Amino acid sequence: MMHKEMIAMLLAGGQGSRLGVLTSDVAKPAVSFGGKYRIIDFPLSNCINSGIDTVGVLTQYQPLVLNSHIGIGIPWDLDRNSGGVTILPPYERSDNSEWYSGTANAIYQNLKYMESYNPEYVLILSGDHIYKMDYESMLEFHKLKGADVTIAAIPVPMEEASRFGIVVADDNRKILEFEEKPENPSSNLASMGIYIFSWEVLKNALLALKDQSNCDFGKHIIPYCFNNNKQLYAYEFNDYWKDVGTLGSYWEANMELIDLIPEFNLYEEFWKIYTKQSTIEPQYLCPDSNIERAIIGAGSQICGSLKNCVVGSCVDVGKGTVINDSIIMEGTKIGANCHIEKAIIAEGCVIGDNVEMGCMEEAVSELNPSIYAFGLATIGANSVIPSDVKIGKNTAIKGETTKDDYPQGELPSGGFIVKGGDVE
Amino acid sequence: MKAIGIVLAGGDSKRMQALSEKRAVPAMEIGCSYRCIDFVLSNMSNSNIQTVAVLSQFNALSLNTHLNSSKWWNFGRKHGGLFLFTPTITPDNSWWYRGTADAMWQNVEFLKSRHEPYVIIASGDCVYKMDFNDMLDYHIAKQADVTIACAKLPEWDVGSRYGVVQMDKDGLVAEFEEKPLEPKSDIVSAGVYILRRRVLIELLEQCNEEGRYNFVTDVFMRMTGSKRIAGYMIPGYWSNIASLEGYYRTNMDFLKKDVREFFFKEDPPIYSKSHDLPPAKYNNGADVKNSLVASGCIINGKVEDSLLFEKVFVGTNCVIKNSIILNSTYIGDDVYIENCIIDSGETLVNGSRYVGENGKIKVIAERRDRFEQIINDNKS
Repeated sequence: MMHKEMIAMLLAGGQGSRLGVLTSDVAKPAVSFGGKYRIIDFPLSNCINSGIDTVGVLTQYQPLVLNSHIGIGIPWDLDRNSGGVTILPPYERSDNSEWYSGTANAIYQNLKYMESYNPEYVLILSGDHIYKMDYESMLEFHKLKGADVTIAAIPVPMEEASRFGIVVADDNRKILEFEEKPENPSSNLASMGIYIFSWEVLKNALLALKDQSNCDFGKHIIPYCFNNNKQLYAYEFNDYWKDVGTLGSYWEANMELIDLIPEFNLYEEFWKIYTKQSTIEPQYLCPDSNIERAIIGAGSQICGSLKNCVVGSCVDVGKGTVINDSIIMEGTKIGANCHIEKAIIAEGCVIGDNVEMGCMEEAVSELNPSIYAFGLATIGANSVIPSDVKIGKNTAIKGETTKDDYPQGELPSGGFIVKGGDVE
Repeated sequence: MKAIGIVLAGGDSKRMQALSEKRAVPAMEIGCSYRCIDFVLSNMSNSNIQTVAVLSQFNALSLNTHLNSSKWWNFGRKHGGLFLFTPTITPDNSWWYRGTADAMWQNVEFLKSRHEPYVIIASGDCVYKMDFNDMLDYHIAKQADVTIACAKLPEWDVGSRYGVVQMDKDGLVAEFEEKPLEPKSDIVSAGVYILRRRVLIELLEQCNEEGRYNFVTDVFMRMTGSKRIAGYMIPGYWSNIASLEGYYRTNMDFLKKDVREFFFKEDPPIYSKSHDLPPAKYNNGADVKNSLVASGCIINGKVEDSLLFEKVFVGTNCVIKNSIILNSTYIGDDVYIENCIIDSGETLVNGSRYVGENGKIKVIAERRDRFEQIINDNKS
């Protein structure tokens, strides 16, 4: 019988709706990050770097990009004869068929997958965060403490603690209490949504709560284990860990990579981050390019001026174009003489000549002020923007737009154009 | 595809100066992201050749490391695969490869065990993109005994280091001279041959009996006159890198738009082993113009008309002009470089100056120990 000490289950089915048009075609874990990566590359690379060679990736929302990105797992060395990476979408059954209705429900529906590896421990991960972490030392901690469940937790500033699920632990790291988004937190250790379960404990909890609607780890499984006197421990993690759940935090995390010596350093030999690379060729900088404080992906061709930019692979920037404080993703083509300030332009966009973006006075978003804020202009994947238009701040564009979509050649600040499909 | 591929990846080249101390010519870095052998391997893979044997013996570490998996060129298949053959001692042979024909003869059992009717033999030191199916169709249409791929010599190159070909109007080779002092034409052998596998085995057998070892002079040239030899012109770019000038010029050609697009953008792609490097990073003070930059580079200085290979670090106030900086080179602050090829893994200390005078290319291979250097820098 096959036996794996620890397998990982990676929850990658979420939409990440606060990323607005960036996730209208792709699940959040598939969103590009840092010039050449996608968010899911971080937990996947952490797995292989931690010696975990069996990873189930649970997909549900818009899985196409994710599926083709992961493939059979070659970039992460997860193409294995036994184990390796397996995509686990929801499936139909003879009695009842349901979507994944919560994080724990999704794992419950894949009990058989986990059982087939006869594991001792199961690592639960989400595909939402940017970090490098050795899950093997977390497992050592789990064994050392004789824990049933170990929760990774990171210290956050006390004033922000009320935004998180907080764990309260004793000196021995044994968890005494949970507080979900507490008003007056009694600790600043925030749960990172990373759990190691001893297999029997997880299995029993999932079976016990199988009829719980929207069964969730934080809300149901962890409290269940806690109330049944299981040994819960908090594994403190003190390194870089970034939630990129909002457009503002996503933009910021990208911009931090440009720092002279970034806090999250991708240039270290140790703990490499792997990704599927469709291009390996070098980038070409034209005789009139001007680039400072930027990272640029392979195969791009830059003829304009870039400052404080994160640019993906195979991006074309035309002559005379000036781009500041922006994120440009893979395969986007930007024409000549454009001026772009503080924008996030997703993959495969085509932008004409003489386009001004991120200009004008700031105004509140008419589409969704809680998403489109931070003064950013956000362009969804495969959008087309015609030449000679002006686009303001806190704007959102998705789809193939033409001149007719821009009255007086303008999309004022706070405005939006969404074509083809619904977007939040 | 009805052929197997054989890549002749020998190649000590004294013309490469210090660059070939560390690696065989086919393992030389090209166009910022490739090794020379990637071109022939990708051509074979893209032509649906499923079985490829690479014959190598000279300074093969870099090459062996590069070929550690056949995945990168799509050769990892149940049928066929990528085989690396270095000389081995057997009960009846204890020689190194004494020449290209001998290299194939020593692996003749492999040739005999295949079922494909044709063999494509190619050298690993050329940069080009071609479909071997077209060449095989041509070979069959011309009813040739052997077909040799030919290319027009670039203007800067000299015919005297090639086999020089004169073709008749039917596309047959009328005359072939190996490394003539005074070439009679600017059409040269591109080092690619197609012939029947059984014919090759017979020729190699005969060659071995006569104590001859070189494929071009002892096999191919002796066929001229008596056999029907067709010449197939390679469409598109072709260049040989096995001379210092050839290596420099070929790399610099990638700064030209048409060459860049031909190799980087047009289908089919050239494959190579990925090193999983982060995107290139430009810090304050970076000023890069008309240059190619590979992944993993960190740039703080000025770069003009140059190629930076993978993982090159350029310090502040550096000036780099008309140069090729091979991978994993560390360039300290205030360094001036012009008309140079800096070998891979070099460590150039702060304030140093390297200039190839009068436009002549200079190879820099100081082989300084990087960590020793860092310790010394910290002391002072």
